[in-house]
Amino acid sequence: MPDQYKVVVDGNEASVPGELTLIQVCELAGVEIPRFCYHERLSIAGNCRMCLVEVVGAPKPVASCAMQVRDLRPGRDGSPPQILTSSPVVRKARHGVMEFLLVNHPLDCPICDQGGECDLQDQAMAYGIDFSRYVEPKRAVNDLDLGPLVETHMTRCISCTRCVRFTTEVAGITQMGQIGRGEDVEITSYLNSSLDSNLQGNIIDLCPVGALTSKPYAFVARPWELTKTETIDVMDALGSNIRVDSRGRQVMRILPRNHDGINQEWISDKTRFVWDGLKCQRLDRPYVRNQGVLEPCDWDTALKAAAGVLASGRRVSALAGDLVPVEATFALRKLIELVDGKCECRVDGAALDTNSRAGYAGTARIEDIDSARRIILVGTNPRNEVPVLNARIRLAWLDGARVENFGDVTDLTYPAQQLGNDVDSLRAFCEIALQDSVEGMLVIVGQAALRHDGGNEILALSLALARQGAGLLILHAAAGRVGALDVGFSCVGGIDEALADAEVIYSLGVDEMDIPEGPFVIYQGSHGDRGAHRADIILPAAAYTEESAIFVNTEGRPQLAQRASFPPGQAKENWAIIRALSAAIGQPLFFDTQAELRSKLFEEVPYLEDIDMVPANPLQSPRQYTGGNAPIISSAGDFYLTNPISRASAVMAEMSALSNGRHQQIPEAP
Amino acid sequence: MIARASMRRALRYVLLADFLVGLRKGMRYFLAPKATINYPHEKGPLSPRFRGEHALRRYPNGEERCIACKLCEAICPAQAITIEAEPRADGSRRTTRYDIDMTKCIYCGYCQEACPVDAIVQGPNFEFSTETREELFYDKERLLANGDRWEAEIARNIELDAAYR
Repeated sequence: MPDQYKVVVDGNEASVPGELTLIQVCELAGVEIPRFCYHERLSIAGNCRMCLVEVVGAPKPVASCAMQVRDLRPGRDGSPPQILTSSPVVRKARHGVMEFLLVNHPLDCPICDQGGECDLQDQAMAYGIDFSRYVEPKRAVNDLDLGPLVETHMTRCISCTRCVRFTTEVAGITQMGQIGRGEDVEITSYLNSSLDSNLQGNIIDLCPVGALTSKPYAFVARPWELTKTETIDVMDALGSNIRVDSRGRQVMRILPRNHDGINQEWISDKTRFVWDGLKCQRLDRPYVRNQGVLEPCDWDTALKAAAGVLASGRRVSALAGDLVPVEATFALRKLIELVDGKCECRVDGAALDTNSRAGYAGTARIEDIDSARRIILVGTNPRNEVPVLNARIRLAWLDGARVENFGDVTDLTYPAQQLGNDVDSLRAFCEIALQDSVEGMLVIVGQAALRHDGGNEILALSLALARQGAGLLILHAAAGRVGALDVGFSCVGGIDEALADAEVIYSLGVDEMDIPEGPFVIYQGSHGDRGAHRADIILPAAAYTEESAIFVNTEGRPQLAQRASFPPGQAKENWAIIRALSAAIGQPLFFDTQAELRSKLFEEVPYLEDIDMVPANPLQSPRQYTGGNAPIISSAGDFYLTNPISRASAVMAEMSALSNGRHQQIPEAP
Repeated sequence: MIARASMRRALRYVLLADFLVGLRKGMRYFLAPKATINYPHEKGPLSPRFRGEHALRRYPNGEERCIACKLCEAICPAQAITIEAEPRADGSRRTTRYDIDMTKCIYCGYCQEACPVDAIVQGPNFEFSTETREELFYDKERLLANGDRWEAEIARNIELDAAYR
């Protein structure tokens, strides 16, 4: 390659691309450089000075995060430039920088929530000196009010500006900034407003000190006493990789994990702060409705009652909700087959095509957003539905991609060219695009578009574009939907067909729709929400942090969620309940353990075995479309209250109220 | 040679010499000051570093010292300390629960060493035996009461030991 440069890091020669910065080169060479302001996914600020290294021949130490390899000069004899990372000069520079950073840092580690996972603490131990020469008074800074999620202790701030850069660049809100000079420098929010972003929780992780901490998690636990479980999020269909930190049986907080293909290292506020919903409104014992009143009972009674209803010969329909894992839907389908019933998971009536996998999981991967040149949003408001994905689209836009929109969405944090808001305009666009070129095009179809009239049409048009070579990403709202469709949890006529003549409805965590009066309802789920109120029998089940399960995300990537804690009271894992119910009917299903269930599942749906791989989805022959017109709707409802867990969460309720109030207060532009 | 030695032994035997030596030793101890003390009424001296019963201290204005940093809980080798914390109404970091299982405690004094605010200390009290196990599961209230009761001695001990720390 032409743009390869030779550098010597601590005596080891390496050949690296010229656009890399020295800190990246050192990282590649396996040398750790301390840093505070530098972050791989943010722009370079170069203001903490912690990453100083020595470049042989340079008059003074160099900030390695801000210096590119191609800017280095070779030695006098033409030898490659030499970087020293542990020379006396560098050590002295680090000592000095660390001493300066600690001059105004309050050293209140014992009462700081960052204690134990603090970059400043760790790096002061590793690279600092063990005493302070500073005896003068320290500065104090007033705290900001950033809303109910982010607690601020601005005296601790070391002015790395990561929070400012994140909110500006990734979250796309220009509400944070830095004012003042020298010692008076301060982070502020615009007009002291609370942050209007559903990605704001990420600044807590980004803050290298304890200046920004989590308000709901304030003071309750220390990092060293938490059990860390790496699992998958179900708050949206992105399948963000998360780490659930629990103490005893209680989930204490949720943090993101890095996955370049999905969430990079961000998660939405709903994902991060929903955990208080896991301990409220829980169904912890079975209930059976007796003369109009739900009465608690034991498992035996509930299972016998449910089995009696299912085996009574009445017409059974099973519905799967938004948060159900693949194992549960698969097992339930097998159970429903025993009693000759119908299954359906598209409870919102979305016109997803089950003939081919591309019809409900699309053909593109989330990663394809990065390389797309033209992103077409059809009836989706990604900012509200999947904020992390929206941040990715925003990055693509910053990178030069054009974003175009069909629907009624307003503010996406980046400009989207409005191409129309009905099916006719989409059809016209498709006809032109099909004749022209779909090079670099990525179509993102939202559930709101498919849910309303014209959904079939919109999907057919999008698939037509996909057949021509455009990427198609069907943006689901429910984490369990793709998985349920993968195991065939659907019937031909959709939800209308499933409900049409049902006498018994087995509701597997269906809380997002109103089940009509009439049929007998067996509800299996974790929270006492809409579905449980309508139920005649309640079977308490585990929530997503309480069982090991497979979830398939919106791009069709199966991922394995792990158990972080145990279900409360008598609640059991979803698959185990279904197995027990089959035994109560007298026709036990084929598995006794989850491993047996999975091996059967992998036999029937082989690609689910390839955890974390996105299978290529074949496109079936084109589907005819009718030619009718209908508006394309993008609105997705309240971001904070989309599922029973978030509706049980006090933090989410507060955020929802705040967000609604904020958007009502702002007057329409004249 | 052998005859003379046996003669001397016989003489000592006849004159009860060993008996007299023993008697002299006995009399000396009889007249010497006693090593034991009359325990409940008299007590031995204690070092200022003595590690006895735990106590949670307060500041002179009555505010509890403990800030729920959980360092004592972390360092406790016997895992005898359990702490739960949350923000108090005034926003300060406080414990809602501070339990020490005195039956687990090995009295190593690490908690006192770890405490950044001298809140948890091991005071001079060693007379806290109980009739049941349950009484040895100390909670925050009990520990704070200990602190109030022993504050004078604890403060004096800390002051005496301060020069060596």
